[in-house]
Amino acid sequence: MPKFQQATLANGLRIVAETDPRNYSMSLGYFVQAGSRNELDPQSGLSHFLEHMMFKGTQRRSAEDVNRELDELGGQSNAYTSEEQTVYYATVLPKFQDRIVDLLTDMMSPILDGDEFETERNVILEEIAKYEDQPPFGGFERAMEIYFSPRGLGRRVLGTSESIEAMTAERMRDYFNQRYRPENIVLAASGNVDFDALVAEIDKRTSSWADRVAAETLPADDADSIPEGIELSHRVATPDAVQAYCIQIGNGPSSASSQRHAARLLASILGDEGGSRFFWDLIDTGRAEVATCWPQEFSDCGAWFNYLVCVPDDLESNQRFMREIIHSVVEKGVTKEELEQAINKTAAGYIMQSERPSNRLFSIGSRWLIHNEYVDLDQSLTNIRSVDQAAIAEVAKTYLSEEPTEILAC
Amino acid sequence: MSTSTKSAADQSSQSEITTHPLPCGMTVLVQPMPWLRTAAFTLSLRSGIQTEPDNRAGLASMVCEMVQRGAGSFSSRDLVAMQDNLGMDRNSGVSTATSSFGAAMPAESFGEALKLYADIVRRPHLPADQIEDARMMMIQELRAIEDEPTQRVMKRVRELHYGSRLGRGNQGTMESLAAINSDDIRQFYQANYHAGGAILTVAGRVEADTVVQLAQEAFGDWRTENVDDAPLPSGAPVYEHIQAASSQTHIAFAFPSIPYGHPDYFAMRAGIGILSDGMSSRLFDRVREKRGLCYTVSASCHSLINAGGVFGYAGTTPARAQETLDVTLGEIRNLPSDLEQSELDRWKVRIESGLIMEQESSASRASSLASDFYQIGRAMPTAELSEIIEALTLDDVKGYWEQHPPSDYRIVTLGPEKLNV
Repeated sequence: MPKFQQATLANGLRIVAETDPRNYSMSLGYFVQAGSRNELDPQSGLSHFLEHMMFKGTQRRSAEDVNRELDELGGQSNAYTSEEQTVYYATVLPKFQDRIVDLLTDMMSPILDGDEFETERNVILEEIAKYEDQPPFGGFERAMEIYFSPRGLGRRVLGTSESIEAMTAERMRDYFNQRYRPENIVLAASGNVDFDALVAEIDKRTSSWADRVAAETLPADDADSIPEGIELSHRVATPDAVQAYCIQIGNGPSSASSQRHAARLLASILGDEGGSRFFWDLIDTGRAEVATCWPQEFSDCGAWFNYLVCVPDDLESNQRFMREIIHSVVEKGVTKEELEQAINKTAAGYIMQSERPSNRLFSIGSRWLIHNEYVDLDQSLTNIRSVDQAAIAEVAKTYLSEEPTEILAC
Repeated sequence: MSTSTKSAADQSSQSEITTHPLPCGMTVLVQPMPWLRTAAFTLSLRSGIQTEPDNRAGLASMVCEMVQRGAGSFSSRDLVAMQDNLGMDRNSGVSTATSSFGAAMPAESFGEALKLYADIVRRPHLPADQIEDARMMMIQELRAIEDEPTQRVMKRVRELHYGSRLGRGNQGTMESLAAINSDDIRQFYQANYHAGGAILTVAGRVEADTVVQLAQEAFGDWRTENVDDAPLPSGAPVYEHIQAASSQTHIAFAFPSIPYGHPDYFAMRAGIGILSDGMSSRLFDRVREKRGLCYTVSASCHSLINAGGVFGYAGTTPARAQETLDVTLGEIRNLPSDLEQSELDRWKVRIESGLIMEQESSASRASSLASDFYQIGRAMPTAELSEIIEALTLDDVKGYWEQHPPSDYRIVTLGPEKLNV
């Protein structure tokens, strides 16, 4: 059976692991509370830009060394940034534990070189341009901006071309010192890991992280202004699109809410790719290319998304279909058979995912970072299996009764 | 440290692959992986795009969709409910040569799942009243690609690379989809859904004897037919530009190469790995990291049974597009001139790690077994593959790329301006 272990170092850095010596691999990840919601206007896009720069060299390693050594360990490594966290992770063979711990930990003390910063700025601008060409053409970002305001949770993870062009390496160093303090960081591990060796090693290497102090104090944002490069129209311009893209956003449970399990099952019953209510009415019939929904959980609140893609001429009738399906679930709830099917499918999915340590890493690390809580596979299965029809009905009433905010890209 | 230093070769002795030709013409391959909780299968039939009539592009995919709309004593909704209740994570799809149906699931569901798929491929209802729905579904897919520039250029470069017969996508065209009727569907199903050349691969917590017995019960009396040889590729070098008001210029390129199963395949593949696998690979390092020209740049190998290709993509804003194309193709051209041992070593560790980690996934093993068997006519044991990779020298890689410099490029760009090619 997998075993849970945790430790908190004197400097405040937390370490958690779900270890299992039977695994063929191990995964390791630094989870940092640094996301777009932590940024002020002059820092817009900085968490993500910084994520890129963390691969650009340390006191002991050049940028080339970092990338080369990551590849030498043969695994899969990468990083991502969201509204609430930045995560750096790698999955390697257990024999490489010492080397990956050394490398990832060293990367967490970057030099943030000015020349590398200038080159990487172009890569970020290319990344922004890339998403402008991809459906739904910034529609999800727009939905978040309108629903949460363009600050806090509504701030774009990538920032805007304007904010990235105006960014300085100095400001990035300061943001790093402010956010990458040990109390904001969890190191998570999963799979075939030697936990005691891990803790001893990290303790030695991270003692100086508590010395990080931000120099600059930025003024609070003017909540009445709109940040540069941001538009708040409910219509996203897409000159060449042949399909219509409709995004709806409303309230949903947070990652702390006990309603989150019922919300996930409700989303499965309503909007899963195969066999959901949206599927049978809209996808199986060829009326729409996409018709789905999902809850998005944040630490202290949540959102519910509905997403519809279809031929522009069919948009209105399909929106009506979706609205009727949602109204019907709010009024009548779901059937026993539907719920059982969703539970069986979701539980099997959890079991299958848990076979790979790399999949477990993210739920363990994020949960500990935000809630200081560990949920093992059996507990997750119990949580899902104990949802009843009444709990689903309650979630549907709480979150789907109100008309959502709608954004169109077409 | 409680390390496990088992090599991929040691591992494979615990999970020997066995091959069982059934009298009906289907071949069953089983790889027991008793340490897992799951089982996975891939059922691969010789009803791919290349068996479609010329003017019925999209027919193979349409039939693949239609067989799942009710089969045996089950309606379309019954099928989905049973699959969900068995906990099946399923997929289906059509490639140039095959139609495949696969799923991963908790191991105890496997027997029931296999029976269900025997109904789907052997006893489908092909309900005439659902043909319009299936057609509309495929039209939606076609329209989706229109809006996705990366997919659009990659799809087009593939058509140009292999030619109209082997290179065409599985979605068909608006015209060809409109022409498909219920007779086409029935005829295609009759002609191409049978045990001839069919492959069933199963990996995970299963025993070979049990699997073979279940397969024999489910498919033993299925009819069989001969399958035709694959048509020949007919692509030619060309540059094509698609005008669009996009933020980036999307660049797709391809050049001819050798297929999987060719004796030089891994020497060629290692070169592409050095170019594009990982963050220290040449394209990532020299096009993106050093020059900041783009966010995405990559190259990869693709194989049909009788032809192969290297396909690549780069996306960049118009002002940097020409330089991106020039630098990218320059790196490919110069590959053999300054190869270093450390580059090959890194690629080998990557492949070896991947082979070991594949032991954590029944789905990934089942699908590798099916594609190996189709491509080379037998299972490729992990230990054997591991030895081939280990034995590869820098001279092998250098020699291959010196003797086979990339040429006859097919290039497609989409964006506000044409490039100089």
